[in-house]
Amino acid sequence: MATTTTTVPSAGPVAGSRSFLSRLIEGDEIARLITFLFAASVVLITLLLVFELWQGSALARHKFGLNFFFTRVWDPIFDQFGALPFIYGTLVTSVVALAIAVPLGIGAAIFLAELAPQKISDTLQFFIDLLAAVPSVIYGLLGVFVVIPLMRQYLQPALKGTLGFLPLFQGPAYGVGFLTAGIVLAIMVIPYIISVSREILLAVPRDQREAALALGATRWESTWKVVVPFARGGIMGSIFLALARALGETMAVTMVIGNTPTISASLFSPGYSIAAVIANEFTEATGDLYLQSLIELGLVLFLLTFILNGVARLLIVATSQKGGGMGHA
Amino acid sequence: MNSSLRWRKFVSGFMLTMTGVCAVVAVSVLFLILGYLVYHGGTSISWNFFTKLPTPVGETGGGMANAILGSAKLLLLASLFGVPIGFFGAIYLAEFSGGAIAFVVRYAADLLNGVPSIVIGIFAYSLVVLPFKHFSTLAGGFALGLMMIPITLRSTEEFLRAVPSTLREGAMALGASKSRTIATVIVPAAYRGILTAILLAFARVAGETAPLLFTAFGNRFWSPGWNQPTAALPEMIYRYAIAPYDDWHRQAWAAGLVLLGLILVVNIVARGILARGIAVPRS
Repeated sequence: MATTTTTVPSAGPVAGSRSFLSRLIEGDEIARLITFLFAASVVLITLLLVFELWQGSALARHKFGLNFFFTRVWDPIFDQFGALPFIYGTLVTSVVALAIAVPLGIGAAIFLAELAPQKISDTLQFFIDLLAAVPSVIYGLLGVFVVIPLMRQYLQPALKGTLGFLPLFQGPAYGVGFLTAGIVLAIMVIPYIISVSREILLAVPRDQREAALALGATRWESTWKVVVPFARGGIMGSIFLALARALGETMAVTMVIGNTPTISASLFSPGYSIAAVIANEFTEATGDLYLQSLIELGLVLFLLTFILNGVARLLIVATSQKGGGMGHA
Repeated sequence: MNSSLRWRKFVSGFMLTMTGVCAVVAVSVLFLILGYLVYHGGTSISWNFFTKLPTPVGETGGGMANAILGSAKLLLLASLFGVPIGFFGAIYLAEFSGGAIAFVVRYAADLLNGVPSIVIGIFAYSLVVLPFKHFSTLAGGFALGLMMIPITLRSTEEFLRAVPSTLREGAMALGASKSRTIATVIVPAAYRGILTAILLAFARVAGETAPLLFTAFGNRFWSPGWNQPTAALPEMIYRYAIAPYDDWHRQAWAAGLVLLGLILVVNIVARGILARGIAVPRS
């Protein structure tokens, strides 16, 4: 407070009106230093995380090299570790999830941003936000007791009956497997796609819509041929975000994928994912190489999500600046 | 021409209806989840659930008192660790920092926010569990706290920045130092937003399971100390749901109901605090 300082501010030409000493007495420099330490610790922790993953997987990286990604043997007894089945499972479940979540999510986002009155849109968005807050173990719980029985009794036999000629839908219906994990993942990532896409769509300038309508476009044509293409980058960003979520998702997938390291064209087959194998085997990993192979899987997961999140952020920022620059209603 | 217009109008109406269907499907998932949990969990929940320890395999009854206490301890630790870093870090970003450092801190926070929770678990394992040679409450709290940092940091910064600069200038003009201004003007003005940010971060980690699997690990009894393994509600849901016993499944449903109830209530309260209006009008 001013009463504590008796020095008349000497007119420092650069550092503003207060001398360094008075700022120190008033605590500004101390406050700056303390808050700086907290902020810097965030950077430090992040660097440490990368370092630990890199260091912790050194043995496995040196022993297997790139072969780690292309071999399918996962044998703790003979110390042979290949990640192919897990990478395959992670990719397949994520692709299935996106195939379901993208059309549904974008459709819902279009409804919320373009069609629904403000109040309804806000209310629905509130529910979507709550849905995004549901923890993954709850999705896993419902996956185990609701989705798996439904898959086994109804959906998988139905798919076999209609599309059974495709290799995707052949083989016994266990209930667990790639398809089930993909469906549960889809349900989990839909809220992310909706929230981000809705924001992006709402930021599309109003004159874009009006111009299309004035040219005689129907409401759908203006939405699909003008508004959505304008927002394309940001929508892609939301999909990348969703993909990053899906790749790293652990609990729900672990509970429904079947936890068997198989590579099979059939989506009915039980599988395994990177996150699931870490969750299941980390505490049981005997031997350094075993543990380090699991940590290398963690490193792979980290790098994948790092890249996807980065690309997503760039796309979203670029798109919202494009809309914001023109000024929206 | 006329028929083509009719066709285009039909397509428009049809597709727009479909988007509505998509929205209804997406939102109905929330109510399906709630419905299932209330139906299955509501019938299995009892006083014992909150007060008793888990029973040995084969005996019915028992509860999850140790997991409830374990979750409370983990979340307390997580908040003690994550909230100060997020809060003070945000003050630095919003009030003190220059361009380059702020960029690096924000970048690190966003990166940390995107790290899959299982990888956070690996990190906490190698940083806390290995040196102490123990699965522990401490390690679990550390892992959850890590996940709270980026959420608290980024949203607190946003809310601090939303405080109009006229307030800052007013305080400075009265002769208040910068730290004084922050403590008595800016933070109080943004407190609703900051509280919301902290509550949402709390709700986010309250349901996390993956980072606990090899940090807090789980425990069928009372955890004897901070340096010992402990049970936690989400972790118990996982172990009970994949176990082959009917009684455990019932308990898993009950735990799911309690956990989701807690998380949704915190979420709704947090958003309610914010919706009542930030104390400061957006200039």
